[in-house]
Amino acid sequence: MKKTNIEEINRNIYDIKNKDEYEYKIKKGLTPEIISEISKQKNDPDWMREFRLKALDVYNSLELPTWGPDLSELNMDEIATYVRPKTNLNSSWDDVPEDIKNTFEQLGIPDAEKKSLAGVGAQYDSEVVYHSMKEELIKQGVIYTDMETAVREYPAMVKAHFMKCVPVYDHKFVALHGAVWSGGSFVYVPKGVKVDIPLQSYFRLNSPESGQFEHTLIIVDEGASLHFIEGCSAPKYNKVNLHAGCVELYVKDNASLRYSTIENWSKNMLNLNTKKAIVGKNAKMEWVSGSFGSKKSMLYPMSILNGEGSKTEFTGISFAGKGQNLDNGFKVVHNAPNTSSVVNAKSISKNGGTCTYRSLVKVSENAKNSKCSVSCESLMLDDISRSDTIPTNIIETDEVEFSHEAKIGKLSDKTIFYLMSRGLSEEDAKAMIVRGFAYPISKELPVEYAVEMNNLINLELQGAIG
Amino acid sequence: MSNELLEIDNLYVNAEDKKILKGINLKINKGEIHVIMGPNGSGKTTTANAILNNPAYHKIEGNILFEGEDITNLKTDEIARKGVFMSFQLPEEIPGVSVSNFLKYAKNKITGKPIKLLEFKNELKNYMEELKINPDYIERSLNVGFSGGEKKKNEILQMLVLNPKLAILDETDSGLDVDAIRTVSKGIEMFKNKNNAVLIITHNTKILHSLKVDYVHILVNGKIVKTGSAELAKEIEENGYEQYKLS
Repeated sequence: MKKTNIEEINRNIYDIKNKDEYEYKIKKGLTPEIISEISKQKNDPDWMREFRLKALDVYNSLELPTWGPDLSELNMDEIATYVRPKTNLNSSWDDVPEDIKNTFEQLGIPDAEKKSLAGVGAQYDSEVVYHSMKEELIKQGVIYTDMETAVREYPAMVKAHFMKCVPVYDHKFVALHGAVWSGGSFVYVPKGVKVDIPLQSYFRLNSPESGQFEHTLIIVDEGASLHFIEGCSAPKYNKVNLHAGCVELYVKDNASLRYSTIENWSKNMLNLNTKKAIVGKNAKMEWVSGSFGSKKSMLYPMSILNGEGSKTEFTGISFAGKGQNLDNGFKVVHNAPNTSSVVNAKSISKNGGTCTYRSLVKVSENAKNSKCSVSCESLMLDDISRSDTIPTNIIETDEVEFSHEAKIGKLSDKTIFYLMSRGLSEEDAKAMIVRGFAYPISKELPVEYAVEMNNLINLELQGAIG
Repeated sequence: MSNELLEIDNLYVNAEDKKILKGINLKINKGEIHVIMGPNGSGKTTTANAILNNPAYHKIEGNILFEGEDITNLKTDEIARKGVFMSFQLPEEIPGVSVSNFLKYAKNKITGKPIKLLEFKNELKNYMEELKINPDYIERSLNVGFSGGEKKKNEILQMLVLNPKLAILDETDSGLDVDAIRTVSKGIEMFKNKNNAVLIITHNTKILHSLKVDYVHILVNGKIVKTGSAELAKEIEENGYEQYKLS
């Protein structure tokens, strides 16, 4: 993969608020009438409208999780679940309205598209405002489009996969997602097609007291490969915003998929995102995940290793500052023989922030000769921050190699003195230690995102944001 | 122009409320190599840390001047940028930061100038050859998984790259085999010129054989009890510190 350098991104851009202008904003709350109205606004086919209403019933029947961060502050009566920006879907940045285009330009998206991406989707509030993919991929039969277009143009494929990997019964916020989902990306990579350059979707939530519920559905067919990058951000408001996206990944036999995310939400955001992959025979699923920002986060990507010889790797980092409670982790189910999983999770907490690594490893009885290695490491930058590890391991066969290693460390004064004796200020010294700690994660990211991640770390350490 | 680099005037330092230094006086001029020797617990490492104002050590009284400027209460990084370097007895490990990136970053901070990459790379390669450091180490995390000797050689490499006016070497020779000591001495010789100075802190004398030492100070119980020429080190080698402990 070709790597390019872009200029370091100024953090302040994440907090630039555009005027809350929209073409349509649904009234706040959740009722069958509101859901039907969203469906009407989106020109859903009948099956989708019925799906949404059923999901709403499921939502109403499920309780909030009894574990993890307290979500009682979330009042769905105060959240607008659908906000349509003042533009249609465009395939040229020139057609995207100026203020929205500026936002994405400042986030570096059109620039990255020119330099290092094979395709880009950009979502603003509830709808995708820009989508484009390189000609050669279209010729190879690759489909990369917004989810609404997919529902219209590829109904069979969508119906067969939509919320089948992540059923609405999984938990309350998945049910909510099913009822109000809007936007997101659909990708299909045909058999044997290798997409060498990444595709990227960027999700920007601008509107206050609203929610973003994008749906990403990716199917990498047999023997194909893809690297997909997802970026998210939002400016800061005083009231709670909600992100409850859903990512469904199908990695068919002998295929490989790398899914990289940098989530950088503002600190009024509840991030309740659900991501799951079903991995086929000898296929490989790699997750690279950076979780920054958000007030509370519950994010546990999951790989289900259904095919014999399938593999998954998870590399992730969370950074919690003041007032943040990030409850993140990874889940893997080994359902077939000779499967393997490698987990490398790190967390950093400072200024009273809480990071929890919560994980599930399940090795079922027929997953003979499987391997699972979990390593989680946390770094606390002061005495008032918190770090917890809550693993659940269910191993149903003896024929498995399983290891779990957890390490908790603190920033040491000796190390800071050592670096300061080499001319680094205290701030520089801390930033260097933290960047070094995060390096095993950032090296897995394309250069642009590694730079962005290092910037986020520096800014978190300066306390420049909220 | 004055030749004076460092002047320590009547310095008292506590560590964890324990009185360690009890009135140290020391002058170092450009072009000189000084040695502080003394038994364990006499205050050698405290002296080095006090010069760089390690916050874990508390100055009770006295001043430290560097090139005539009072640096007693400056922050460690400010003192480093004025040209003081310390080679650590136990260098810290920094996972995820390569030797080369670390040195590039530190050199930029010390000099305040952008680093010319090619020049820097060649300089580094050259020093590493001289110090017999495996070239692969350049991309390895700083000090992580390095043996004791490799860490010490890396400290000398840092000294050469950062090119301070005063290099304080705290027990750089301890725990090294004969070959490694020779390499470290060679590094000091490469570094040394008439415009800089070296302060070697040690409790043995092996490293001093190959270096032209100007002054030897005997530190016992927080005080310099005797200052002399290189001959003094030889005397210590033969007789130990017993006579000074009694005095």
